[in-house]
Amino acid sequence: MEGVSKRFALVKANDSVNLEVERGEIHALVGENGAGKSTLMRILYGLYRPDSGHVSIDGKRVEIKSPSDAISLGVGMVHQHFMLIPQLSVAENVVLGSEPSRSGVFLDLAAASRRIEELSRLFALSVDPRPQVDKLSVGAQQRVEILKILFRGAELLILDEPTAVLTPQETEALFVILRKMREQGKTILFITHKLSEVMAISDRVTVMRRGGVVGVVATRDTSPAELAMMMVGRKVLFDVEKGPAAPGGAVLELVDVRALGASRVPRLKGLSLSVRAGEILGVAGVEGNGQTELVEVIAGLRKPTSGRVLLRGEDVTGASPKQMLERGVAHIPEDRLRRGLIADFTVGENLILGSHFRRPYAGRVFLDSAALLTNADRALREFDVRPRTPLLRAGSLSGGNQQKLVVARELGRNPLLLVAAQPTRGVDIGAIEFIRRCLVSQRDEGTAVLLVSADLSEVLSLSDRIAVIFGGRIVSTVDAAATDEKELGLLMTGAGRPTA
Amino acid sequence: MNRTDTDFDATPETGAARQAGSVLLLKLGGTLGVPLVALAAAFGAGALFIAAIGQDPGAVYARLLGGTFGDFYGFGQVLFKATPLIFSGLAVALAFKAGLFNIGAEGQLYVGAFSTAWVGFTLTGLPGVVLVPLCILAGALGGAAWGIIPGYLKARFGTHEVINTIMLNFIAIALTGYLVTHVYFIPETIHTPRVAAQAQIPRLEQFWPAFRGSPVNVSLFLALAAAALVYVFLWRTKQGFELRALGLNPWAAEYGGVGVASGIVMAMALSGGLAGLVGVDFVMGYKYYYEQGFSAGVGFMGIAVALLGRNHPLGVVLAALLFGALSYGGLVINSVVPKELVEILQAIVIVAVIVGTNLFGALAVSLKKRSLK
Repeated sequence: MEGVSKRFALVKANDSVNLEVERGEIHALVGENGAGKSTLMRILYGLYRPDSGHVSIDGKRVEIKSPSDAISLGVGMVHQHFMLIPQLSVAENVVLGSEPSRSGVFLDLAAASRRIEELSRLFALSVDPRPQVDKLSVGAQQRVEILKILFRGAELLILDEPTAVLTPQETEALFVILRKMREQGKTILFITHKLSEVMAISDRVTVMRRGGVVGVVATRDTSPAELAMMMVGRKVLFDVEKGPAAPGGAVLELVDVRALGASRVPRLKGLSLSVRAGEILGVAGVEGNGQTELVEVIAGLRKPTSGRVLLRGEDVTGASPKQMLERGVAHIPEDRLRRGLIADFTVGENLILGSHFRRPYAGRVFLDSAALLTNADRALREFDVRPRTPLLRAGSLSGGNQQKLVVARELGRNPLLLVAAQPTRGVDIGAIEFIRRCLVSQRDEGTAVLLVSADLSEVLSLSDRIAVIFGGRIVSTVDAAATDEKELGLLMTGAGRPTA
Repeated sequence: MNRTDTDFDATPETGAARQAGSVLLLKLGGTLGVPLVALAAAFGAGALFIAAIGQDPGAVYARLLGGTFGDFYGFGQVLFKATPLIFSGLAVALAFKAGLFNIGAEGQLYVGAFSTAWVGFTLTGLPGVVLVPLCILAGALGGAAWGIIPGYLKARFGTHEVINTIMLNFIAIALTGYLVTHVYFIPETIHTPRVAAQAQIPRLEQFWPAFRGSPVNVSLFLALAAAALVYVFLWRTKQGFELRALGLNPWAAEYGGVGVASGIVMAMALSGGLAGLVGVDFVMGYKYYYEQGFSAGVGFMGIAVALLGRNHPLGVVLAALLFGALSYGGLVINSVVPKELVEILQAIVIVAVIVGTNLFGALAVSLKKRSLK
């Protein structure tokens, strides 16, 4: 790709970007959120048209007007969110859109299945064409996605943050597959912001920042620290400096809590844990093992079917969200756009959500807009949210700034207990560093912090103790200093012994 | 931290201010531009219809304008037509703000108006200072009661308010129809007895003779006050804050401690209450009795009014004036063109607003893009 530019309403998402990927290499594309990686890949895949610049494949200039053009040119993409139909079988999903037929009318699934098995063997994908997709694990579904694009004859595979949904073990398995594909002459473009993965898998790296390419380096000649500096434009501290915890008494205790999930299936099955003042308890686990329900139960958003929730010894089982807020429970929700923010409210209005019913923001009836603005000015400055415009729609902020907004609001409550669910998900490195430091300083002020994160390295570096959740229960609680990713990864699959 | 190389850092204040300014401009353009463009488009299309039946569009429009805004009598008629639309438009808009689609304003206003009339012709012994507020309150409460039912059903069982409000419209119309023809009726008519004289509110012509002949009455001021109150409620009170939060993102509202169920019930009660005030105009200010089928779709027109007014109280007032003008203007030009033409015009305005709202977003973006290049 040469000189590719793309402008959206206010931002130049890509500014004269040059990207060169050699046949048969694994090329990592890294950059913070909003650096323009996704835009660039969408241009390559025919989802956007560039304003200027062009794309060449094998030295020939090509015009990619749609994904079907991309596919016919041998470019395939595995999206972060899978594009599979859960009720169909693997084979049906793979052929969807390019169904092989007999006499031009009848679907020839048998031929497709043979081809799937062949590809599966060739690339060590271990995909069985028969089962229904929703019976498969996330890792297996991802392999189906990969097989789907290989089936269409892809030579260049774009993988958009493929490891975000995988356990460490599944990630390792994916890397084996990627290396196998490289051996077979396939070219892979690997988008990520996890630098350890870049170091582990790629041959070369292109780093993007603010819509432009800031550098192309061979992986063996670089280091995570150097890459991070290129991405952010300054030195980055990966590990948050934190002293030893000085835990006090138990602030939150859950005793044998059971709760149903969204589709009325039991998701918490007798979960017990305790968080003390002045410590960070990390909850590690593969997504979907009850983390969401755990957080919602504590925040009052989900009623447990049995068990008890105690806050400083007081039974608060079944309290409403408002009652929990009033008792000093702050909550950084896992999905900021669904729960955490009202996109069409202003920044200032969002900053008082959950405190809007009490002084100084409201009297008996009326809101105090002066207090709202004072608070917004303070919070935006203190948490470095940009731009510092209290009257702007919250939805118009970048992801990182939206998250800082949520963090600013929740820490502004001076909470007794802070529940932080995926506090740095989808946030750029600069903001990650900032938010992590906020969590630690909150701990140092004596707040009990419950950290739920899918990012194991985050759980490891921030937590004082780590509770491993599996199948709706805490199966093991370990000292964060005395464990590592490997052990946690194993415990997360349910391999550990339950602890009392 | 993060102070090295951002564009924002160069001019943080002006950058933010400029952005806020352009956001405001865009917002303003979106608020006023769409309805105005829609109006122009609708009248353009209307001109084609007029020409098609062999009339001169310019002459017809001149007559329409002259008959509605050209003299006090015509203007009084426009205000008279607009008054109930302000109430029903506010009702629909307030529910919209809370994320609820109240199709039931029609039913709510029937129940409200009947309640107003019932108090007015039953408690005839009360003095005016008591009876007038009581009649108004009865209208609001009657409408609110009829709004609470679908609100509660939604909050408690999650049943959709659109279906339930439509069904409740049928019930309300049938119920008030039964009451007015079988229980509280004047033989040979389809209306109730008259309300007590002290429950009747004055027409504007009593203060301003220029309005002579037009039934526009002081309920217009109640409607304008209601619009102001709705504004204050939505943007200045904590309950209003909660309702708007609920309407924009119920999950975040719940997270922020807003009672979702109680919020829904309250929004429907307030919405129904506003719709119920339509009876103040008709029963207390115009006919002095309740008449079967008096509304003729004011509750449904409220949906169009709210839509055109973009669910803002001021917008609702302006949209109600427009629809009032179109409605009365239909009578003015009736001798030249069929009044169906005006109905076509109203429908085109609504469609044009909906299309315009969607188009505007894309247009704003591409304009912005061009200005940056």
